[in-house]
Amino acid sequence: MIDWPLETFQAMRKAKVGVVGYVPDAGHQRLIELCHSERNLRAVVLSTEEEGIGLAAGAWLGGVRSALLMQSSGVGNCVNALGMVRECRFPLLMIVTMRGEEGEFNPWQVPMGLGTPAVLAALAVIVHRADAAAEVGPAVAKAAQLAYGGPAAVAVLVSQPVIGIKSFQEQASQ
Amino acid sequence: MMHRRDVVRRLLEDRDGLLVVAGLGSTAWDCTAAGDSPLTFPLWGAMGLAATIGLGLALAQPARRVLVVTGDGEMLMGLGSLATIGVQRPGNLAIAVIDNERYGETGMQATHTASGVELAGVARGCGFAKALLVTEEAGLEEARRLLLREPGPVLAQIKVIPEKLPLALPPKEGVLLKDRFRRALLGAA
Repeated sequence: MIDWPLETFQAMRKAKVGVVGYVPDAGHQRLIELCHSERNLRAVVLSTEEEGIGLAAGAWLGGVRSALLMQSSGVGNCVNALGMVRECRFPLLMIVTMRGEEGEFNPWQVPMGLGTPAVLAALAVIVHRADAAAEVGPAVAKAAQLAYGGPAAVAVLVSQPVIGIKSFQEQASQ
Repeated sequence: MMHRRDVVRRLLEDRDGLLVVAGLGSTAWDCTAAGDSPLTFPLWGAMGLAATIGLGLALAQPARRVLVVTGDGEMLMGLGSLATIGVQRPGNLAIAVIDNERYGETGMQATHTASGVELAGVARGCGFAKALLVTEEAGLEEARRLLLREPGPVLAQIKVIPEKLPLALPPKEGVLLKDRFRRALLGAA
């Protein structure tokens, strides 16, 4: 079985990411643990996802690359902040675990999940999708190259079947 | 009660290598009035993010002092960021909240601090090393020392007179503001 969180982590390390901002998410659980275990990486827990946009912008002003981990609902919390990213042409690397897709158990996740690609596109964030576990690591590597080679704002959307959580019970017991 | 431009001028006097993030609106104008610098990143938008931009900068540049100069309305919009900073405890990060108890750019409507919400108390509750509420000019030097010298994260909420002042506008173009900051700090665009 493909260990996509490990491959994503390795892609982030290879891209010289030094700061990772996240709002806890079941889909990102293992990747968050990997980030906390790496001494040369600063993992920053956020109280809301838009703080991550400020964190990434500030880190870049100081010469450090970052990545943001969130689920699709968090994209909605970032919208106005993404206006600054566009106006200033800050590089941005977002890794978004999708909710509201195939296998979703919570209907309240569906509207924002459905709207996520359009919301990102509205603020000129380039969207890459990873629909299988094997695609996630390579997609993150390419997105990081684009973001920090640019600068550009890039989001990798990790589709819900890759995450594979089907119920609250399953999520709680992870 | 103090005048905001005097307060900000005093905080930025002899700023040496200080890195400054200025919240949108009046505090960005105050920082410009005190002397525009490539090592000031003034915001024209992204309300509520000044403190977390300061956090990212402080983590990236641990050997440099980072001062966020922002307003009470801007700080209120990013209240959760005080908790996020409290968890990271960056020793080089300081926040000055220039508190006129008003939304200055939109018609001087009252902010929550006009009804007694104390941002210094919130910062203390979030685990800041020290936070001061400054209401008299006599406290300004202590606030300056705190913001520029003492181990962070620290916050000073400084009460100022609500007043409409002549605009002192920094450059408006975002790419220019970002690139000039990075060039001055890192020697790269």
